[in-house]
Amino acid sequence: MEHIKADVVIVGAGGAGLRAAIAVAETDPELKVALISKVYPMRSHTCAAEGGAAGVKGADDSLEMHFNDTVGGGDWLCDQDVVEHFVEQAPRELMQLEHWGCPWSREEDGSVAVRPFGGMKKKRTWYAADKSGFHILHTLFQTSLQFPSIKRYDEYFALDLLQLEGKCRGVVAMEMRSGRFFQFDSPVVIMATGGGGQVFPFTTNGAVKTGDGMAMAYRAGVPLKDMEFVQYHPTGLPGTGILLTEGCRGEGGILVNKDGRRYLQDYGMGPESPIGEPVLKTMELGPRDRLSQAFWHEHKKGNTVETPWGHCVMLDMRHLGENKILERLPLVHELAHAYVGVDMIKDPVPVRPVIHFMMGGIDANGKGEAPMPGLFAIGETACSGLHGANRLGSNSLTDLLVSGKRSAQAAIAYAQVTDLTSGEDDLKAQAEGIVAGVRELLQQSGGDESISGIRREMRTALEEGAGIYRDEEGARMACDKVAELRQRYQDIEINDKSNVFNTDLLSALELRNLLDVAETVTQASLERRESRGAHQRLDHTERDDVNFLKHSLCYRESEGRPRVEWSEVTITRSQPGTRDYSGGKK
Amino acid sequence: MGTRQLELEVMRYDPEKDEAPHFQTYSVPCNEDWVILDAINYVKDNIDTTLAYRWSCHMMVCGSCGMMVNGEPVLTCKTFVRDLPDKVRIEPLENFPIERDLVVVLDDVMQKLHQVQPYIVRKDDPPEDAEYKQTRGQLMKFKQLTMCINCMCCYAACPQYGLNKDFIGPAALALAHRYNLDNRDQGKSDRLDILADHNGVWECSFVGACSEVCPKHVDPAAAIQQMKVDGAVEFWKQRLGIPGDKS
Repeated sequence: MEHIKADVVIVGAGGAGLRAAIAVAETDPELKVALISKVYPMRSHTCAAEGGAAGVKGADDSLEMHFNDTVGGGDWLCDQDVVEHFVEQAPRELMQLEHWGCPWSREEDGSVAVRPFGGMKKKRTWYAADKSGFHILHTLFQTSLQFPSIKRYDEYFALDLLQLEGKCRGVVAMEMRSGRFFQFDSPVVIMATGGGGQVFPFTTNGAVKTGDGMAMAYRAGVPLKDMEFVQYHPTGLPGTGILLTEGCRGEGGILVNKDGRRYLQDYGMGPESPIGEPVLKTMELGPRDRLSQAFWHEHKKGNTVETPWGHCVMLDMRHLGENKILERLPLVHELAHAYVGVDMIKDPVPVRPVIHFMMGGIDANGKGEAPMPGLFAIGETACSGLHGANRLGSNSLTDLLVSGKRSAQAAIAYAQVTDLTSGEDDLKAQAEGIVAGVRELLQQSGGDESISGIRREMRTALEEGAGIYRDEEGARMACDKVAELRQRYQDIEINDKSNVFNTDLLSALELRNLLDVAETVTQASLERRESRGAHQRLDHTERDDVNFLKHSLCYRESEGRPRVEWSEVTITRSQPGTRDYSGGKK
Repeated sequence: MGTRQLELEVMRYDPEKDEAPHFQTYSVPCNEDWVILDAINYVKDNIDTTLAYRWSCHMMVCGSCGMMVNGEPVLTCKTFVRDLPDKVRIEPLENFPIERDLVVVLDDVMQKLHQVQPYIVRKDDPPEDAEYKQTRGQLMKFKQLTMCINCMCCYAACPQYGLNKDFIGPAALALAHRYNLDNRDQGKSDRLDILADHNGVWECSFVGACSEVCPKHVDPAAAIQQMKVDGAVEFWKQRLGIPGDKS
């Protein structure tokens, strides 16, 4: 096994990982950064984000308002110290991207334009047409190329963390083209591996989003926090689950049921706003959790539209006109046309809620520090407490930047005071153990379980037991199913024995990670017996601040189900209140 | 929804056991609304788990799934079964070494993207807490060139890259031009040496295949021709001692 020494190891080269790498390189070019990713950076799923990134811009807006929208949107499960820092740094980070060349859309006077977004009281979403994540990712990737201290390990699959005396000391990874193993020795590992939407069957998430970083941390004894909070985006294309950005509604698109009624007014988000004149923070510009839940009720009432891909509601954008659609929303226009054969200039598009984002993740604070010294987590793979029980659209792209930079600073400070001289033998033995496990898996033959079969059953179980609405029985059944699948995973068959780009082996490793993530989602869904944000229980329909104004923490147990503990939510200035999406009419 | 049986002839190659690439045929029941990537995923999940290929987003933006489909370099997530005959040949992107099956070695093009200095170069500090002003007109000058997803279909289509692997090639040259055209950038003269080198813009024979196959409607061929003009102007300016336009 080859050894690579680095001052900072970053796993994941999407928006968060790249931002962290650049921050380290800018701060101290002497520090060696190893940037490990299972895909080339520009393949990372940041590229699929469409709508934009939130940061206070206009003179009529304030940090206070962004703070209040985020905390209320998160149903008061946000750690408010983290939100305060986030809203403060957001404009600076977005401006930094502008200076690095991000092709933001512009106002007439040449300043950066902002658009309305769900749950936000002011226009503060910076955007680059409807390819904001794509442009952010490519800007960061291209900018990163000027820093020689960033050494990339593209298409290296990270396997597991190394630790010594409770501190993180590196990671083991496999080079995909050769099957060779590498031990990365470092006082710091920053996890930036994204979420794990692939635990669900119907998701906007790309194939790469298998929760790898979450699972690695979890296996290393670090808790996963708030995993029951999984966001459904209300407007996915049926069949493929392709995202139609919230920008569609920000620009004025409306949602109607089979009778043409703007049904959101029946779910506490009315009264109706005028067509073509979207009113902030109400109706179609309500938060994602509320909109997805409204769909569920409409479906129950028989008000949805039947399509070849299942039940849908209609997203009507015709009144926006051709020019606006093609200028502001060219990608979604193309996607809807290609995948469901609808030209949104002429016809409404069928849409339905689709798994989009994990508010939960590796337990971390606002600096990205996980409870294990030396381990940091940023972006979707982390749960810093920023998003609470429901993330507002366009807060996550900004979070990649803010948490990326802040964690880099904390990591540098930590690396400078950490002694790396001891424990080499111990770490080597751990690394060899990790490699032996993978070799054993590769050699595994004669099993009667298939990777795709287990994956399919897992996804069905998660959708049934941990979907838009949950209850005790369903969640329990999903927990049981995931436990059963973990057992059956022992008997999977790996047919491909090659060392070269072995995607059969990689799928097996990803499935292991997915199952780890899945058991925390189902267990936390079972044990949070209240309804809050994206976690809605049919058997506990009210928010319960007495018992559950708390973060859940899932710890891995060597035998049996995960152990759930609870930790306090940091409240600085906003006491839990009522989420009002009536547009000020109540 | 109707299904149609498609015969996929897929190129296979494992350097550990195959002397040369060969074809393997799979019969796949395809839904009419599938893209060819769905058919490949069907093979992977149901017929042959050893097939190796790259993919992720399934929405034409990550750039992973470029392959040759019936001889054309395409994104397989954008290539619909309904537009294809019953027999489909799938090969790795042309002009690249094969790593394994449908996976090609991308080291060379990654190096080329790096080489053209695709980032804002400034000789001064940016405005404090404010953006560089950029009118919509200034943005429009280079916006289309920012749409490149690095799928590398253009390199697979480029006859010149096929002949000369030192040619910087369409995507990287278009990327350089994107920064040259950005009013925030002052690095044009820094990039000139690489672009004006004999493996730079002058190596392009203006066949235009790159622009034809681009799934994102970037037009590298036009970008390269514009750079040739720029390069010639810059050359004569320098000869005549006239200062450059931006830096």
